[in-house]
Amino acid sequence: MKKLPVLLALVATLVTATTAARDVTVLNVSYDPTRELYRDVNAAFAAQWKARHGDNVTIQMSHGGSGKQARSVVDGLSADVVTLALAWDIDAIADHGLLAKDWQQRLPQNSSPYTSTIVFLVRKGNPKGIKDWPDLIKPGVQVITPNPKTSGGARWTFLAAWGYALKQPGGNEAKARAFTQELFKHMPVLDAGARGATNTFAQRGVGDVLLAWENEALLARQELGKDAFEVVVPSVTILAEPPVAVVDGNADKHGTRAIAEAYLKFLYSPQGQAIEAGHFYRPRSPDVAQQFAAQFPRVNTFTIKDVFGTWRQVQAKFFADGAIFDQIGPGN
Amino acid sequence: MSALVSARPVAWSRRLVRGALVLLAVGFLALFLLLPLATVFVEAFRQGAAIYLTSIRQHESLAAIRLTLLVAAIAVPLNLVFGVMAAWAITRFDFRGKALLGAFIDLPFSVSPVISGLVYVLLFGAQGWFGPWLDAHGVRIIFAVPGLVLATIFITLPFVARELIPLMQSQGSEEEEAARVLGASGWQMFFRVTLPNIRWALLYGVLLCNARAMGEFGAVSVVSGHIRGLTTTMPLEVEMRYNEYDFAGAFAVASLLALLALMTMALKTLLEWRYGNEIAAHAPGGH
Amino acid sequence: MRRHVLPGFGISLGYALTYLGLIVLLPLAALAWKASGIGVAGLLHLLSSPRTLAALRLSFGGALLAAAVNAVIGLLVAWVLVRYRFPGRRLFDALVDLPFALPTAVAGIALTTLYAPNGWLGGWLATWSIKVAYAPLGVLLAMVFVGFPFVVRTLQPVLESLDRDVEDAAESLGARRWQTFVRVILPMLAPTLLTGFALALARAVGEYGSVIFIAGNIPMRSEIAPLLIVQKLEQFDYAGAAALGVVMLLFSFVLLVVVALLQRWSVRWTESGR
Repeated sequence: MKKLPVLLALVATLVTATTAARDVTVLNVSYDPTRELYRDVNAAFAAQWKARHGDNVTIQMSHGGSGKQARSVVDGLSADVVTLALAWDIDAIADHGLLAKDWQQRLPQNSSPYTSTIVFLVRKGNPKGIKDWPDLIKPGVQVITPNPKTSGGARWTFLAAWGYALKQPGGNEAKARAFTQELFKHMPVLDAGARGATNTFAQRGVGDVLLAWENEALLARQELGKDAFEVVVPSVTILAEPPVAVVDGNADKHGTRAIAEAYLKFLYSPQGQAIEAGHFYRPRSPDVAQQFAAQFPRVNTFTIKDVFGTWRQVQAKFFADGAIFDQIGPGN
Repeated sequence: MSALVSARPVAWSRRLVRGALVLLAVGFLALFLLLPLATVFVEAFRQGAAIYLTSIRQHESLAAIRLTLLVAAIAVPLNLVFGVMAAWAITRFDFRGKALLGAFIDLPFSVSPVISGLVYVLLFGAQGWFGPWLDAHGVRIIFAVPGLVLATIFITLPFVARELIPLMQSQGSEEEEAARVLGASGWQMFFRVTLPNIRWALLYGVLLCNARAMGEFGAVSVVSGHIRGLTTTMPLEVEMRYNEYDFAGAFAVASLLALLALMTMALKTLLEWRYGNEIAAHAPGGH
Repeated sequence: MRRHVLPGFGISLGYALTYLGLIVLLPLAALAWKASGIGVAGLLHLLSSPRTLAALRLSFGGALLAAAVNAVIGLLVAWVLVRYRFPGRRLFDALVDLPFALPTAVAGIALTTLYAPNGWLGGWLATWSIKVAYAPLGVLLAMVFVGFPFVVRTLQPVLESLDRDVEDAAESLGARRWQTFVRVILPMLAPTLLTGFALALARAVGEYGSVIFIAGNIPMRSEIAPLLIVQKLEQFDYAGAAALGVVMLLFSFVLLVVVALLQRWSVRWTESGR
């Protein structure tokens, strides 16, 4: 019986918490490693919006594996904007009618305000002497990366390895296949997400090299010990373009379209670009890139379009059920 | 004389066996249960008590604690009522399909938590059976509090019924029948005879149900949507912080849940100690 | 006769059935309906995939093994806690419920922290080249952990109520301790032990939260079936995920029925033996 007043009080607080706050809320559904980035972006954007329009904006965040997040939006998680790891995940949302299929043309540069790439994080002193992709498949080297089936970042990693092998002199599909297959034989653990893999490598001390987003590797180094890890940039790697989009269906229903669009545009503004660079995402703006040049090593990159076509094609060829990853991935 | 001589080695070997068994059991419990529990607290306080307190006082932690309490406060009483009703029907009456009903009550135990979350997405998600209708009427179930409550109810549904059924079966219904014959109304019979007889098992069931309700991760994770400060319960908050390299914070929130587990156990032990004989007389599972 | 005396049959049964129908049966019907979407060919394809089979084998094999381990250790622990008095007994007794109450994700993280190669126990085990975390053994460990309380908690009350006269009689007739245990006590405990075994089994089969942290999740080796369901979901393969869910559910149900039959048989056997 004593529970009743407590229950009522809880319900009351919950109700007042949601109705009394008369500010605008926008839900940004994002992927795993962007937690720190959007915390700062949201604060800066909210301040700017308040200065210009007077409203209090609260941007709610949801983070998780990119594929899982896309599925949640399809299942009814009412995201106003999505900021995911790869275009296929937003394509999947578009396939269910929540936004136009040509969403990627609506914002500059394939709707990716920032980019990243795939690099190697090794332990201090690089004891296994890992310099480039072929070193990963040397005997005794253990490689950590998440499962491409559940992690967007790992799909970029898979494609980076494939593209590297393809671009070698005499490289072809068969050789790329053989190289990637061998690479996955060197993986003792497949975590579900990028953060899980980083924790396994850094906290649990498993493996010799972590294949990760550049932003994730640089952040891990900063958070978990500059002296403990080194970043190695391979001879060639992929230019990862994490896209953003307004989810039309939800934003229109909530009446948040204007603010949602302004939020995504803010990501392209000089202020937004500087915040992104500060969190180790490569900015699109040449000026900001110049400013942060010391932080980002020079890399040779290829894009999805250069080598594979569209993400839709990539998904069908490599990651769908029974496709190449299932044929050559671990366990085969 | 001869009896004494032969009794001695028996006593010695018994004592040896007994000591070895106790050592083995205690060693196992310490290694297997105490150590993980200790790990949680060691990691939580690794960076000092100040960091620990700051982690817990953060807005997100408090919101997660509030949500967890709210979900349990709805799910546990509902399952309590269900448990009593189901146990009453099953143990006091004969009807066809009784065994089947019993099996259905146990069903949630054998469903993977992942599936327990998924089924509600299939029902209430935007692509689900009732999704479009709910959406048109502005009702949110999945990725909101109702979804969390439903998934939690599903997971913890069997606990109270499971505690009550064997006990009420073994007690039989003579006392209740006598009360009725003597003219007690249905409610009088329930509150004066049935409830006092089952209160300890009921309390056990509620304690376990509550502990599981607050600690559930897999099912809740599927229906939560992980909106920070809004739909994240404590176990989800733990995972979230772990994923943000905030290990001290993750283990601080985890330690609250562990503390809850400890309190549950302490309460149970206290009850057993205080009312030991009474409980033993009505021990569940005893035939 | 009873039916006339005791009230509330209609309301209690009606309420229980409605509640169960809404909370459990309707959602599971939705699951079955979704699963039927993959068709017979799809189901055969799913069940003939080596990866699915390996995952099911790990989930069910691991759970069976974990339940067996729990039956043995649970019996030992229950025996010691009921029969012997020693300092700290109440504390250890209380500790048994920990896996019920500790959130599975926390258990997973704590176990991984302990058993990883750089953890307290993992480092020590590594010197014996025993690998627990990120190996099938880790899956087993997590499964034993989550199922542990079931066996102890079902056995305890029965052990307490066990007639000591029978044991004394056996011993006075010249039976050795060990013989008494195997021939007299064990048969009496068998039905309850099987209940505990079944509950621990059911709990371990579906376990997700704690296992994924410690398993390593390598397909064909340390990937459990619930993880496969999650992976299918993330590729929008609802039908495949639901189908695998239904297969797991049917499997556990069959296992539980088998255990129930064994139990009935052992009750009869014990009763006729006496």
